[in-house]
Amino acid sequence: MGYDLNLRVWRGDSSGGELGDYTVEVEEGEVVLDAIHRLQATQTGDLAVRWNCKAGKCGSCSAEVNGRPRLMCMTRLADFDEAETITVTPMRSFPVIRDLVTDVSFNYEKAKQVPAFAPTPRDADGKRRMQQADVERGQEFRKCIECFLCQNTCHVVRDHEENKPAFAGPRLFLRYAELDMHPLDTNDRRKLSQEAAGLGMCNITKCCSEVCPENIKITDNAIIPMKERVADRKYDPLVWLGSKIRRRTDREEV
Amino acid sequence: MSTGVSSHGRAEVSGRTQRQDNWWLAPLTTFVVFSAFVVYASWRAFAGEFYYSSPYLSPFYSPCLTTNCVEGSSDFGQPFSWWQLSPALIILIFPLGFRMTCYYYRKAYYRAFWLSPPACAVAEPHAKYTGETRLPLILQNLHRYFWYAAVLVAAVLTFDLVLAFRDEDKEWGHAGLGTLLMLINVVYIWLYTLSCHSCRHAVGGRLRHFSKHPVRYRAWTFVSRLNAKHARYAWVSLFSVALVDFYVYLLATGTITDLRFF
Ligand code: SF4
Ligand code: SF4
Ligand code: FES
Ligand code: FES
Repeated sequence: MGYDLNLRVWRGDSSGGELGDYTVEVEEGEVVLDAIHRLQATQTGDLAVRWNCKAGKCGSCSAEVNGRPRLMCMTRLADFDEAETITVTPMRSFPVIRDLVTDVSFNYEKAKQVPAFAPTPRDADGKRRMQQADVERGQEFRKCIECFLCQNTCHVVRDHEENKPAFAGPRLFLRYAELDMHPLDTNDRRKLSQEAAGLGMCNITKCCSEVCPENIKITDNAIIPMKERVADRKYDPLVWLGSKIRRRTDREEV
Repeated sequence: MSTGVSSHGRAEVSGRTQRQDNWWLAPLTTFVVFSAFVVYASWRAFAGEFYYSSPYLSPFYSPCLTTNCVEGSSDFGQPFSWWQLSPALIILIFPLGFRMTCYYYRKAYYRAFWLSPPACAVAEPHAKYTGETRLPLILQNLHRYFWYAAVLVAAVLTFDLVLAFRDEDKEWGHAGLGTLLMLINVVYIWLYTLSCHSCRHAVGGRLRHFSKHPVRYRAWTFVSRLNAKHARYAWVSLFSVALVDFYVYLLATGTITDLRFF
């Protein structure tokens, strides 16, 4: 059974914009992205919206639905009351290009700063070997679809534009953690931790984990373990003393 | 405001949030409950009385180490003879420090008390933010040391539980409602302490090669499972510790008598 949905959509660009009210016919079982598409097809031919897979796997359709950062293609209309007005705005942490499309290049710049994977030399037979148990933790982080909803929601940059240069953000903390936990990576842990840009700025309030559509436990499994690893190196006097006495500079092989 | 969601170049949407759900409910609940606990705990800790009713010792006062501890309450001697204030104050530093630096409590009070942020996608009221990079918040990194102390505290509370299997005349082989409450409390204190992120890191999280340390890998897997429920243990153990203390208070003031099971 179809019904008329009240939709408010933000329209505009970096010089300004506003929420526009629309009524769109929708069908049972549809998602917010369907409603946006119908709006585009029937009323606002020039509405800008980014999307690709409609299956929650490409990470393109990130936006804010009633103020909550979501993938539009994974947000069911059935979760709302039929009489309710659904408000859709672009992600509010990144510069807007037009309508629902934002410029997410901040995240790509941060990704470039992560030191590349530097594996140990190959075994004598020319192969590299890893045990399943050793790579399991990192595999969770590989589920990331780069929707950047976590980056968008993180208050460190969402509420403080000036923190952007110094803060890589939760999606990239996943990457740092993955490398630091990787059995074959040789990057210096301390250096990596220091370079894990702005880890200390995170106050583990878990909004990244809350919005991640892949349900990656970003805070519990990547950020906090990284904070503990940094604490090993920087704030643990016993370990610090040990490194002075034994002049241990390389990453400890554990 | 030129920073945050109204920064130049971002989509111009008015208001600190567009959220329409009751996002304020969770931080408000945390605020009220934690504040209530702080008021209760301060009252009990500073009072310096009604914390022992043989064989039960309130967890706020355990171990009781000062010369002004009431008779029978010091099971580990009274090394702090010069201490004039309430004996609870010496010992409470450790659980207090442990919980204040706990990753879960940090999340809870940063949100509820400091509104940083009050809820996800709700703008925080502060103009500047440096997170845990400077004093005093950089000291949160000392959490692991409080964890070491917390293990000792949990061990002492376990010892108290054993002593609670006596009656008021210190005859063994008895138990009462107080014993049961202490048992519940000790179980949750251990669950809270062992599910700690620093514990998870120490037992195995810091390794790169689980395959080379099968025992630690098993321990890490176990702690990881507990760790997923860390927030729940944080809450329950907060209530259980207050409950045991209050029960001892009621006994010590003579308001009620202990319900003896055997
Ligand atoms: S837990 Fe840290 S990284 Fe994640 S949203 Fe909160 S402050 Fe940002
Ligand atoms: S971690 Fe989750 S929220 Fe962040 S970009 Fe990846 S999939 Fe999106
Ligand atoms: S369109 Fe691909 S995730 Fe929504
Ligand atoms: S006690 Fe909560 S993280 Fe350590």
